[in-house]
Amino acid sequence: MRIPCPLCGTRDRREFHYYGSDDYLNRPAPDAPIEAWDDHLHLRDNPAGETRDLWYHETGCAQWLRVHRNTVTHEVYGAELVAGLKGGVK
Amino acid sequence: MPELIAKPALDDAPLSLGACRLEAVELGSITSIALFPGKEKAADKALKPLGLSFPAPNSLVQKAGAMLVWTGRDQAFLIGAEAPDLAGLAATTDQSGGWSALRLTGQKAVDVLMRHVPLDLRLAAFPVGRAVRVSLGHMSAVLIRDAEGFLILTFRSMARTAWHELEVALRTVAARG
Repeated sequence: MRIPCPLCGTRDRREFHYYGSDDYLNRPAPDAPIEAWDDHLHLRDNPAGETRDLWYHETGCAQWLRVHRNTVTHEVYGAELVAGLKGGVK
Repeated sequence: MPELIAKPALDDAPLSLGACRLEAVELGSITSIALFPGKEKAADKALKPLGLSFPAPNSLVQKAGAMLVWTGRDQAFLIGAEAPDLAGLAATTDQSGGWSALRLTGQKAVDVLMRHVPLDLRLAAFPVGRAVRVSLGHMSAVLIRDAEGFLILTFRSMARTAWHELEVALRTVAARG
């Protein structure tokens, strides 16, 4: 598996660390109800097919990437810097 | 800047095997320059007296013994020169004691290095002037290709491991003739 890092170019999977679903980017407000926090921390979909998840380019540029890929066909459609996402990461 | 290094990370004699040579090199001062958002142009102006400008990803800029090497998003290492005043433009930190450098040269350097680096390093794919962040075995490294060969920067604490890994690769490639 290879991931197209927007900065470094296409790189081998062993340079990356997997984190999880990109749901982690949608952090609830501090005063959000407990259900919203429970959902954010623990409840995940388990899709067969297209997913968007977070990878850390550990031995590369040290950036977080949101990778769009397919868990059925193993196709990797693309990756973008989390730092460059609209709204940014606070 | 104060001189804090009492002794080199590696005291091995250069290793020449087959058509390859591995040696530890002293790079002098290394300063990390991490740009503040949107300050690239202003930083370029401040770097002008050194004859340098901020490098594009996976490349380096060189002038009269000094080089500025891309090492991450909006970050580069200034090697071999004192950093100019970049107050308000970038965060500068002294990295001189944090990294150690190895030089790998020779005809089979690509074969040796590609045993540990998951990149196509053949000249056509990885030309002179390329500088990347890449894994060397399990280590994070900065890999530079210049006219002489490869310059490999690893964390100083891992210099011994890097030397060992490359020495094994060197011996293996040499044994294959």
